[in-house]
Amino acid sequence: MKNFAYSRAETVESAVILIARQANAKFLGGGTNLVDLMRENIERPDALIDISRLPSGSSGGIRELPDGGISIDAAVRNSAVANNPLVRERYPVLSQSILFGASGQIRNMATTGGNLMQRTRCYYFYDKASRCNKRTPGSGCDAIGGFNRMHAILGASEHCIATHPSDMCVALSALDAIVHVEGPGGKRAIPINNFHRLPGATPQVETNLAPDELITAIHLPTLAFARNSRYRKIRDRASYAFALVSVAAALEAKDGTISGVRLALGGVAHKPWRAYNAENTMLGAKADRQTFERAAEAELSDARGYGHNDFKMELAKRTIVSVLNDLAQAGGAR
Amino acid sequence: MAEVNSVIDRWETGSPSSAVEIVLQINGATRTLRIEPRVSLLDALREYLGLTGTKKGCNQGACGACTVLAGGERILSCLALAMQYEGAQITTIEGLGPDGVLDPIQAAFVEQDGFQCGYCTPGQICSAIGMIREFQDGMPSAVTPDVSADARELSDEEIKERMSGNLCRCGAYVGICDAIRKAFKSEVAQ
Repeated sequence: MKNFAYSRAETVESAVILIARQANAKFLGGGTNLVDLMRENIERPDALIDISRLPSGSSGGIRELPDGGISIDAAVRNSAVANNPLVRERYPVLSQSILFGASGQIRNMATTGGNLMQRTRCYYFYDKASRCNKRTPGSGCDAIGGFNRMHAILGASEHCIATHPSDMCVALSALDAIVHVEGPGGKRAIPINNFHRLPGATPQVETNLAPDELITAIHLPTLAFARNSRYRKIRDRASYAFALVSVAAALEAKDGTISGVRLALGGVAHKPWRAYNAENTMLGAKADRQTFERAAEAELSDARGYGHNDFKMELAKRTIVSVLNDLAQAGGAR
Repeated sequence: MAEVNSVIDRWETGSPSSAVEIVLQINGATRTLRIEPRVSLLDALREYLGLTGTKKGCNQGACGACTVLAGGERILSCLALAMQYEGAQITTIEGLGPDGVLDPIQAAFVEQDGFQCGYCTPGQICSAIGMIREFQDGMPSAVTPDVSADARELSDEEIKERMSGNLCRCGAYVGICDAIRKAFKSEVAQ
């Protein structure tokens, strides 16, 4: 690992000043992705600003908003979010998604903001003998035509077919979370579904956050039917593995008709994939298997495989149908 | 190989050495050391403080051999920069059973054959202690059917899921599960 200057920010204001003052500087949260990439010499910052100890406000950094939503400070650890009583009761899909990610140790280290900022990556990104447009822009992509079992089936480009590895962000996508950020130009709020980017011709740029902007909090808007929500993750081993496909969903039905639905997919794209097409086909339709199958077909109609990952197209459809069926039976179909 | 890696970690230069003095709280003792900011907590423990009970397996967060407790919570010391843990109460395997009396989890590992070669054992034991605390704090897991419910049982399925961040290449998992289940039951009974 290359050496670097280390400083610790005590406030958001000082963090924003510290990053503006140093060249090639990065914020350091829990470090579970950044430190690993630095050790591999893929990330080579000259300075780190440690934001893992920024004050987490009252109530351990998670508090109820006046409108009934929840605010989560960026430095709150993933495990603390997963075990928060408000989150578990009102947004079980978020608690579950976190618990399906990484390991107990990593969830204790990783921060909420850091989870959003982890790199979209694949094994060719890590392997410096391979070509990777994300690591070295313009060099090519060895995943295309290579071993691409883990790779994207939606929204990919000829420049990059890597997938975003976060589970938490898939739930945040379904819940329409708002990312609050602060930089030299002031504060702004970014909807989670505009936060991450598809690869296009610049796969090295993964978010719409400016390099000198800091995530300060995530807001979960009120969503009463999120109490009937869940996360399912399909992976190559029973635990501690990235998703082949994952589904975050919430469902509300009245008299058997779908009155509210949220659906997002993980493991299929360069960003958490909000399934708007599927949602649109379901609203107002009967909460039954035929509706769910039609919705899954609609969402995956533009999907394409790259050889080893062709199976994901069918797997995604079946997982969507299965999760929505469970939600319909669990209480969405009242 | 682990030794070689840590020496390379320490000597690979990219910019001039800029060691700084930091104060760590390790197993109840205050330890002052001069390190570069890039030194991991794992290397600080092993290479600078001589606490070699914590093991370096993969050095990339995949195996759990380097698990220690920070403020009672289990973390991976290989992905932790030592600088980030200034002031935190760090407990390593050397800090358990300080008076020559084994911690109940350690004793259960011995009794239930919770290891073969022993390399993953310090990490398994620190992880198990942190895991039981999480369970007692009400933390659900990926196999918990209803995360909004409070009451649950530490079943074998729960133990396996919650311990999935600790690999054992000898495959002593059955003994590890037995040790954790029995230690937890006797702790609850007391």
